[in-house]
Amino acid sequence: MKVLVPVKRVIDYNVKVRVRADGSGVDLANVKMSMNPFDEIAVEEAIRLKEKGTATEVVAVSIGVRQAQETLRTALAMGADRAILVLASEDVHQDIEPLAVAKILAGIVKEESPGLVLCGKQAIDNDMNATGQMLAALLGWAQATFASELKVEGEEATVTREVDGGLQAIKVKMPAVVTVDLRMNEPRYASLPNIMKAKKKPLEEKTPGDYGVDVTPRLRVVKTTEPASRKAGVMAKSVDELVDMLKGAGVV
Amino acid sequence: MAILLIGEVTNGQLGLDATAKAVTAAAKLGEVHVLCAGASARGAAEQAAQIQGVAKVLVAEDPALGHRLAEPTAALIVSLASGYSHVVAPATTDAKNVLPRVAALLDVMVISDVSGIQDADTFERPIYAGNAIQTVTSSDAIKVATIRTAGFDAAPLGNAAPIEAAPGATDPGLSQWIEDRTAHSGRPELTSAPVVVSGGRGIGSKEGFEIVEALADKLGAAVGASRAAVDAGYAPNDWQVGQTGKVVAPNLYVALGISGAIQHLAGMKDSKFIVAINKDAEAPIFQVADFGLVADLFTAVPELTEKL
Repeated sequence: MKVLVPVKRVIDYNVKVRVRADGSGVDLANVKMSMNPFDEIAVEEAIRLKEKGTATEVVAVSIGVRQAQETLRTALAMGADRAILVLASEDVHQDIEPLAVAKILAGIVKEESPGLVLCGKQAIDNDMNATGQMLAALLGWAQATFASELKVEGEEATVTREVDGGLQAIKVKMPAVVTVDLRMNEPRYASLPNIMKAKKKPLEEKTPGDYGVDVTPRLRVVKTTEPASRKAGVMAKSVDELVDMLKGAGVV
Repeated sequence: MAILLIGEVTNGQLGLDATAKAVTAAAKLGEVHVLCAGASARGAAEQAAQIQGVAKVLVAEDPALGHRLAEPTAALIVSLASGYSHVVAPATTDAKNVLPRVAALLDVMVISDVSGIQDADTFERPIYAGNAIQTVTSSDAIKVATIRTAGFDAAPLGNAAPIEAAPGATDPGLSQWIEDRTAHSGRPELTSAPVVVSGGRGIGSKEGFEIVEALADKLGAAVGASRAAVDAGYAPNDWQVGQTGKVVAPNLYVALGISGAIQHLAGMKDSKFIVAINKDAEAPIFQVADFGLVADLFTAVPELTEKL
């Protein structure tokens, strides 16, 4: 079984984002970018499936600007076999919407015929949490979202999902789309020899046109603003003083 | 045209708070019809009919809808969607699972976690873990959106909307429910509680969480946790507050032993009052706290619990 893993290049999760003063967006020039943390978990899970003999090949895909090839090289260094880069944008500030990404991925799925697509549950930049579900819809496949455990058994997979109130276990027919949550695994670090080897692994370049997809956004961004900032607080010197403050504010 | 709102139904029970908050948001757009779907949903439908602002309740009862599996639920919603300008739901895990699937089947974008509504086409939503607010205008024929319930007040009860049966669902038979492992607690539900007491890595152990729970019980609060506390096994995952966990906006949020990483703040910084107790005076949580105390948790928290 071939496993397809979509990965996204996003602002590093530790960076405090800056909103541009003119409201045109978040400043991404000269900011550290990395692989979306959820996608690292998806890559890790795909590689573990290969190590167990369940998966035969792991193909990483990224859609966006040319620099996303660095993200793909990271996936290759972790253990993916080859990569596909879909050049859909020239400007790092243009985020391709989940619907367009899902349509491109559906085109890749038709060419590659994977038995499983493993995605992150959401990208930490647009916080949409939609691409995996949209891809499953377009393919008419089953979906298992927010997965913390995945067991592939022949034509079926058993997935434990993180839901409000606890965990839910479901069984899905394969092929399926599984989106991974934080607690699925601990992604490995790429070793230096593997980083060197990854440079020689195949990386194919495509365009959205190759899949007949129009990436024009459906949602026009009118403006991007800073959230309302909070008023500076006060520090108590003792528990008694804190109790007085809470009582004074009428919150207890 | 009317608005189709997907009621939050779990095991036949209506998630009243989440649904009523979504009704407040949806009522800004037009006449609200609530869909209650499940293996049993009649009781939930009767409760939804009492929410003010609801014009009609549709009830769909089918064993295939029993555990809100995405495929049959999305098929049902899509079969109803053509008569509506908007399809919305509270941004719970159930809705986040189903609505993007619905949107793709309708060939429209989904607008996730709407925190503000300007008009029928224009919505505000937080991006980058809540560090920026984006205003977007949709050109799609049907707007599919999930509502960040922390941003809206719950619509009051005192209504008697008519209840109608919805047409049956077609189950594509792609998935099957096996079991739920739910954490039982007698405490208020995290996302709707007026007071939340959360513990972080500073709590140090699962046993240490007892001081968090004791303070929570004193305040009638729900208990939350940071990712660090969940990953360390101190607290169950459904207590996690943050970008990838639950988003809360209670009247009072008490952060104990939580440093205040960007990803945690994303889930609680819209709380009315934030109180932080941490032994590290430099912890970023103090930058958003209204009231702070630099102290050792294990002496300060029991003392606070006693004095309240």
